[in-house]
Amino acid sequence: MNFFLFQIFPYIAIAVLLLGSLLRFDRDPYSWRSKSSQLLRRKQLIVGSVLFHLGIITILFGHIVGLLTPIAIFDALGITHSAKQILAIAAGGIAGVFCFIGIIMLLHRRLFDPRIRATSSFADIAVLVLLLAQLSLGMYSIVISLQHLDGYEMVKFMNWAQHIATFRSGAHEFLADVDIVFKLHIALGLFIMFIWPFTRLVHVFSAPVGFVFRPYQIVRKRET
Amino acid sequence: MKIRAQIGMVLNLDKCIGCHTCSVTCKNVWTSREGTEYAWFNNVETKPGIGFPKEWENQDKWNGGWQRKSGGKIQPKQGGRWRILSKIFGNPDMPEIDDYYEPFTFDYDHLQNANEAKAQPTARPRSLITGKRMEKINWGPNWEEILGTEFEHRRKDYNFRDMEEEMYGEFENTFMLYLPRLCEHCLNPTCVASCPSGSIYKREEDGVVLVDQDKCRGWRMCISGCPYKKIYYNWKSGKAEKCTLCYPRLESGEPTVCSETCVGRIRYLGVMLYDADQIEAAASIPNEEDLYQAQCDIFLDPHDSEVIAQARRDGIPENWIEGAQNSPVYKMAMDWKVALPLHPEYRTLPMVWYVPPLSPIQNAVESGKLQTNDIMPDIDSLRIPVKYLANLLTAGKEEPVVLALKRMIAMRHFMRGELIEGSSDLAVLEEVGLTEELVKDMYKIMALANYEDRYVIPTGHREETLDAYGESGSCGFSFGNGCSTHSNSELDLFENPKSWRGRCGSGKDNRVNTLFTQGETSLSVGRRTGKSK
Repeated sequence: MNFFLFQIFPYIAIAVLLLGSLLRFDRDPYSWRSKSSQLLRRKQLIVGSVLFHLGIITILFGHIVGLLTPIAIFDALGITHSAKQILAIAAGGIAGVFCFIGIIMLLHRRLFDPRIRATSSFADIAVLVLLLAQLSLGMYSIVISLQHLDGYEMVKFMNWAQHIATFRSGAHEFLADVDIVFKLHIALGLFIMFIWPFTRLVHVFSAPVGFVFRPYQIVRKRET
Repeated sequence: MKIRAQIGMVLNLDKCIGCHTCSVTCKNVWTSREGTEYAWFNNVETKPGIGFPKEWENQDKWNGGWQRKSGGKIQPKQGGRWRILSKIFGNPDMPEIDDYYEPFTFDYDHLQNANEAKAQPTARPRSLITGKRMEKINWGPNWEEILGTEFEHRRKDYNFRDMEEEMYGEFENTFMLYLPRLCEHCLNPTCVASCPSGSIYKREEDGVVLVDQDKCRGWRMCISGCPYKKIYYNWKSGKAEKCTLCYPRLESGEPTVCSETCVGRIRYLGVMLYDADQIEAAASIPNEEDLYQAQCDIFLDPHDSEVIAQARRDGIPENWIEGAQNSPVYKMAMDWKVALPLHPEYRTLPMVWYVPPLSPIQNAVESGKLQTNDIMPDIDSLRIPVKYLANLLTAGKEEPVVLALKRMIAMRHFMRGELIEGSSDLAVLEEVGLTEELVKDMYKIMALANYEDRYVIPTGHREETLDAYGESGSCGFSFGNGCSTHSNSELDLFENPKSWRGRCGSGKDNRVNTLFTQGETSLSVGRRTGKSK
């Protein structure tokens, strides 16, 4: 089970995430959208969505940088594992609170506003519930992390992620004896990647950063 | 100089009878789908009124259009690029559907299926979003039809600015006009400028502004960017949709559906040539009152030999140059100066122009109630205040409106003399700077308004760009991938919206608007009946 979830499933999840998204983008671009429901109900959307997105973007980048930066770089910079863990707990904790308030507002709106409920697909609700569950696990893991602030546990996750990213065997062994909360958090995270291409989450890949570099007006010539 | 061609439109408000045929035919063609029930690519408003959506003209409220910064540069009023991106998680300037209206249908089938009772059965309203009963409809399309709301409400009309609007609430001073509205296909569109994904674009060959449906991600900044609120969010597909100026019709030389079906023959379509290099400078003129003239100045005379030579160099086809020379839009906007832009102060350089309405003046004069100054009525005694029209059409500058109205009065007077009294009053033409030749052409195009004079539309040149054979049998707007409305599997992996309504012949009655069957409270019809054939 441990071997499957943390050595095999990561590759399945990432493959589905990348290939599925690519196929959807290529074969069905019309379905690629953020699915905003602001038009139908503004109430709770603006505050909830801003809190949620700011929080989750911070958390996402925190995970990417925190997990995938080679340990040698932290050592070279003289950042101790303990200091890094405290930084991660502080930044992640604050962003997590933002995100938590936001997602509760959004989920409440989606479930109990008649207009939003009637126009929601199963996936729209499921994604919110999964993200809430994942966030709750992540927040709860802070409680456990606080019991061992030496950063030793965290290094296990970094090793695991970097072994997975570099296609090395034995990655799952780093997670053999970590707390069940971390295992659940990682497994659910991989599952979210697995369903990613089939939900509105694909809009994350379309973050319109190019907008700031383009001229205001766009004129298209006839296709030739 | 970079010459581009644009299909422009003129609407002669003097002849609009407010019948809404344009709106209905447009809706039947373009927006009778789920998610766009509330959207009217073309609608007709009664003015004064707050319009559709509510108070759309008030940019202090909606932040649409452009603003000129102190440095002389313009940027969207909702903010520059970073500012727009910062609003992407929640757009504070975007109207909610209630600012348009919650779309509804009626339980028509209850009229046929109700059990015998003492009272007549009624068809009660039902929301097209939730499928639930709506007890009371508080707002709808055209709610202000023929001044149908209290003056206290209507007085918020933005065009009353700098006016003593109080007096127009009195019965004796009441006035109204119809204002049919559609996308302006601006030369400097704010929707295009505001789109984070760059999915909205202006076509080089005819100036039509379109949304690339495959590229739109539903960031909804265009909705707030457009000051005319003529780009809509399809809540079903999550994409922006807008008036296409019926480009498939234009390409084959046919007028738009709204124009084709206009019973009052008020609409005109024609080519305008303009200097694309001057767009930004014209839109950045400091004084708002000068924007009308600035826009006129970037239009080019299609009879000028230098313009023609440059147009050829810029790749404008011969039939388009010829079209520009015969363009009724050019004649009305530039030669006769009777057509004016809608709210030039938004700095979008709009391309749907309006002839201000005249009739109320003449009627009042004829009944002897108003002061006249020879033939010309005294400007102060016009029933529709010139200031109101100027706020609508020329950013508050009254002279162009006065000139347009006077020229139309002069045309009527002169032609009445010619045709009925057998005398030609050339003096009145001189007073408004017209010649006999010009006024006869005006009469032909504006009064007689024959089909071929109203629509001078050169055909597009698709043959140069693609093999049209491959286009045959292709489809228009649809949910989903190409011609298929959704995937073959019952569970659509990529969440393409499935259509719940309009499933004709599925055992239900086959009227598009009535598929909430008796006793069902949720939108479950489509799910139960499965896919249509």
